[in-house]
Parts: sequence; C-alpha cells; structure tokens
Amino acid sequence: MAQLLQHLINGLAAGTIYALVALGYTMVYGVLKLINFAHGDVMMVGVYMGYATAFALGREARNSLLGVALIFAVAMLGCALLGFLIERFAYRPLREKPRLTALITAIGISFALSYGFQLDIGFLPGASPRAFPEVIEPKEWIVIGDRDVVVWNWQVISFLIAVALMVALQYLVFRTRFGRAMRAVSWDHRVAALMGIPTDRVIALTFMLGSALAAGAGLLYAIKDTSVSPLMGLYVGLKAFVAAVIGGIGHVPGAVVGALVLGLVEEFVVGYAASTWRDAVAFGFLILVLLVKPGGLFGRVAAEKV
Amino acid sequence: MRRIAPMLLAALAVLAAACEKKTQPAPSGEGGAQATQQGQPAAPGGGNVPASGDVILLGQVGALTGGQATFGISTRNGIEMALKEANAAGGVKGKKLAIRVYDNQSKPEEAAQATTRLITQDKVAIILGDVASSNSLAMAEKAQAAGVPMITPSSTNTTVTQKGDYIFRVCFIDPFQGYVMAKFAREDLKLNKVAVLQDNKSAYSIDLSDVFTRKFTEMGGKITTTESYSQGDTDYRAQLTAIRKTQPDGIYVPGYYSEVGVIARQAREVGLKVPLMGGDGWDSEKLFELGGSAIQGSYFSNHYSPDNPDPRVQKFISEYKATYGGVPDALAALGYDAARVAIEALKRSKDLSGPAVRDAIAQTKDFPGVAGTITLDDKRNAVKSAVVLKVGDGKTEYVTTVNP
Repeated sequence: MAQLLQHLINGLAAGTIYALVALGYTMVYGVLKLINFAHGDVMMVGVYMGYATAFALGREARNSLLGVALIFAVAMLGCALLGFLIERFAYRPLREKPRLTALITAIGISFALSYGFQLDIGFLPGASPRAFPEVIEPKEWIVIGDRDVVVWNWQVISFLIAVALMVALQYLVFRTRFGRAMRAVSWDHRVAALMGIPTDRVIALTFMLGSALAAGAGLLYAIKDTSVSPLMGLYVGLKAFVAAVIGGIGHVPGAVVGALVLGLVEEFVVGYAASTWRDAVAFGFLILVLLVKPGGLFGRVAAEKV
Repeated sequence: MRRIAPMLLAALAVLAAACEKKTQPAPSGEGGAQATQQGQPAAPGGGNVPASGDVILLGQVGALTGGQATFGISTRNGIEMALKEANAAGGVKGKKLAIRVYDNQSKPEEAAQATTRLITQDKVAIILGDVASSNSLAMAEKAQAAGVPMITPSSTNTTVTQKGDYIFRVCFIDPFQGYVMAKFAREDLKLNKVAVLQDNKSAYSIDLSDVFTRKFTEMGGKITTTESYSQGDTDYRAQLTAIRKTQPDGIYVPGYYSEVGVIARQAREVGLKVPLMGGDGWDSEKLFELGGSAIQGSYFSNHYSPDNPDPRVQKFISEYKATYGGVPDALAALGYDAARVAIEALKRSKDLSGPAVRDAIAQTKDFPGVAGTITLDDKRNAVKSAVVLKVGDGKTEYVTTVNP
C-alpha cells in the first residue's frame, strides 16, 4: 500500500513535467499545424541558461527565494527570445511552403541545438552530463512509516508551479483577447488576418509562450533529476510529444491529462511489471489510444483548438 | 532580403551538422607529424599499407561527443602521449607516427562508418578503439573483414575479440570484472543479499550483471531482484523503490558514470543506504560531480589505481597532469598502453602489412603497461589483475587487488 502511494507520487512528479513540455507542443500545433520537434531542445537550452545563472549567483544566493525566481526568470525570458528567433528566421519564411518543409526544418534545428551544445568551445557546455546545483535545498516534508513513503519539498513545489502555470495558460487562452486571437488563428489564419488580427505577432507570441513554459519545465526537471546534458531535450521532448498525442494534439487540457497518464503508466510498469518493458508499454499504450480514438483522448473532429 | 535569412540559417544548420559528422582530425603526436595524406592515391591492390613517405598513420575511433564523451577524450589523450614519446625517441622504422581520430558520437553505427573511413580512405596501419563494447563490436566487424589489426584499449565484452584474429585487447574481460566484484562483495564486504540494476541498452552492463549474478549465487549469496534502465534515463525512482522493497545489503549497478551518479542520489532519496557496486564504467572524474556525497562509500572494479606507487605509473601520471591537467583515469592509462603495444608491434613487425603487424601484436608478452603487465593469450585477450576502488570525497581510494 505504502509502495503504491510512493509510485503514485513519483509518477505524478514525472507527469507534471511532461505536461509542461507537452503544452508547448500542443499550442504550437494548434496555431501552426506544425510539430515543433525543436521544442525539447529549446527546453535544454533553457536548462543551461538556468545552470549558468545558478553558478553566477553562487551558493548562498541561489538558495533564496529571490535567487530561484531569478533563475527561472532568466531561463524563461532567454528561451522566449530563442523561440522568437527560431520562429522568425526558420519557420516564418516557410509558412506558405508545404508542411513537410517546416517539419524537416524543425528536426534540423533540434539536431543543431542538441549536437551544437556538445561542442566544447566558447559558451557551449560540451558533451558530458553535469550535475544541476541544488537551488531548492531538499527537505522531507511528509514521511510515512519507516521512510516507506517520502514526499520532498521540491516535489510539492514543482507540482504547484506546474499547476499554476497550467491554470494561467488556460486563463490566457480562454479568457483574454490574446487568447481569442490565438484561437482565431488556429481556426484559419488567413480569415483571421482579414478580420484584422495580426497573425504574425500572435504566432510569434505563441512560440515565445511555449518556449518559456519549456524552460520552466526543464528547470523543474533538472531540479528533480539533477542531471543536465545536451541530449536531455531529445528524450524529454519525445515523451512530451507522445503525451500531447495521447491527449489529442492541439488540445490544452488533453496534453496535461495525456502527460499525467504517461508518467503514471511508466512508473507503474517499472514498479509492478518489469523495468525492461517500460518504453514498450508506454508506446504500446499510445498505439492503443490511437486505435480506439484516432484523435487522441480529447481530440474531437470539431474540438476547440488552440 | 526576405530570402537571405532562411538560406543563411539553412547553410549554418548544414554546416553545424557537417562539423558533427566529420570531427576534427585530432591534434597528434609531434608538431610536424600531423597526418597529411588526405588526397593520397589508393595503394595498388587495395592493400592497407600506409604508403605515404615518412609517416605511419594510426587510427582511433572514440566517443568524443554523446553520453560517454569523457571516455573517448581520455583515451585520445593517452594515445597522444604514447605517440609523442615514440616520436621523440625517433619514431618507428625511421618514420614518424601520426594518429587520425574520428568521433562515433557514442553510437555503434557511427563507429562502423568511421572505421570504414579509416580503412579505405586513410589506410591506417592499426586501429585503436573504442571504450564501449557495443561500439567496438561494430568496429571489429569492419576491421576483421578488411584485415586491418585493431586493438581495443578498454572494451571488456568477451565477444569483441571473438570477431576474428585481427582483433586484440589490452584489458581484462567482463566475466573477470563480474567475478572480482562478486568475490569482493561476498568475502570482503560479507554481503548476503544484493539487488542488481543493469543498463539494458549496453552489452557491457548486461554481461557484467550476468556474471556477477552467477558467481555471487555460486558463492552462497542471494540476488533479491534484477531491475533495468536505459542509457539516457534520468529518473530511476521507480526501479529503486522496487529494489528497496526487497531490502538488499548492497546494489550492483554495472553502468556508466553518466547514469550511476544520478542513480546514487536517487537511491539515497528513496531511503536506500546500502553501498553501490560497479565496474570500470564508473571511472570518470564526472562521477564525483554527478553523484555528490551520495556516491561516497561505494565500490567499483577497475584496471588501475593512480595510487599505485610503481615509478612507471607515477611518471605517467605526472606527465599526463602536466599536459592535460587532472589525474588520468583508467581509460587514459589503457589508451596509453594500447598505443604503446601497437608501437612496439610495429617496431618488431617485418613490414607494415596487415598480417605481419597482426603476428607482431599477437606475440606481445610481459609488456610493462601502466595499467598492469600485459600478456596476450591465444584468444587475444590480456591476462591481468583488477583493483577494487572505494569512492571518496572527490577521489578514489585503493582497496584491494584481485588476481585472475
């Protein structure tokens, strides 16, 4: 019983982080019908920005609330800028080209980032994995039995940050003018332009928003698992993409549910079946969902898309 | 103007990709000995005799990027040092030695491709590499087919040298490492119940864990559970929670440093306080950074210890420190040994053809390497002892030596 609870906590912790990354995939898909494969790598760049900031701050400062906020702010703003640049110079010129062209470009950017960061020149970090410094000093908040179930402070904090970001996003998309513009572009960007919506600006802002979320997710991930490497974006990005598809790509709450389900499925397969089966079961689950509901769990034909 | 930006970007991306694939020809031995035979005409008959005038070219394929990057870089440093020394002493047969290094991005496909390139394009006399056995297996296939001798400095998987009579190694093999740790766990640490956590993507890890399981059980111990992960994972809490339930006295984690450090942290986090044990894949300065205080007090088997007072070892360490900064790990020591075995063989060989060099390598006997004395047996494996090291604060401590 206690073990079940511990697995549940572990699975939710992994799932919330997939969810934040999956939101970026799903938003960009919503407005552009483009699967932005560079998304995970933008997350990786954000993590390294946070890593550099944490070191610049030093041990004392990075453990304070202000320090943590600063680390998140630098990484999220930095990634918003990166997202803007990628959209402006890589995707916008291809907007009217066949969709496949943009997809290949996305894969190209993904590789350029993940392998470029393995070089060991200038500010680039090199290939070896690094340990992310402790920005939130680990404390055990809830201990049940003889350490049978342990909940750490950062698990709770990450979960709350993730939920807060998701709620904010939901508000932004469905309750603001900008959100309405996003949804309009998602329906049909040519008609939206005729209605006076600055489509280019809306798309650019969507990219920036998604990239900033990715940076936040990446930092939570780095705090959780402590290991940072240039290839981390590929792994996390793939998982988050699967989560977005399970939930129905283009659907905001769907991405969150898909991610939580994926995190829990992985955790329980390892905990109760065999760890070897983890990826096979996770991807098998994806196929199963798509067989039964080709649009994903929440994807309806006339679903409200973002 | 609108069209220029995307084109520029595309060009940049292609360039970046190209840089990754090709890798820089590494800076080699003596200043003047840098290989200069890019456009050299193919030797008649497709033979692999390095035809260029005054340079004998060796090749290395190693992981310079990707998950195990420090392995390839350490090995390269060791090889470079050996070449530099040999060139300073006048080279081989009146010729200077040079090395061409290709990156395999820690992937077997890339390793095979790079090997083919060394054979067909660069026409090297001997191929050195790699560390990870999965990469060496891919390389051995190509080297054996082309009849070019290959020496792996540190691939410990048994099947590597079984690829054929052109494939050698200067390190011990996996069954021995599994045996060493099983013996140490049972006799020195007096453990009864051990859990195993293996890397399912790596032949090395599976091999070590198989032999450990067999030997440990034979010696009267019990394996509580065998769990697995995949290289590149960063969350091992599910496996560790499952392991914790079986209440082991120790955990055998024969993986690579890139994952082991994080595993140690998370093991402490889920409440596992028992020591971790592993093999030479742990050997990297990075282990201390990634594992922090969680990895301290754990043990691993290795090829050599920098604490060895042997003057030959100490001289190697001080020279390495002076050139590259930092204490050489076992992979640097083995890279150095492999290159020196290769150079000695080239000196003894009657010419530079594949069969002659192969026969010369096979005759290596009682060769004084920095990571133990090397004698190659009839299966082309080195017979030598292993050391057990304990992880301390930012360094390793020598614990004991286990003989074959």
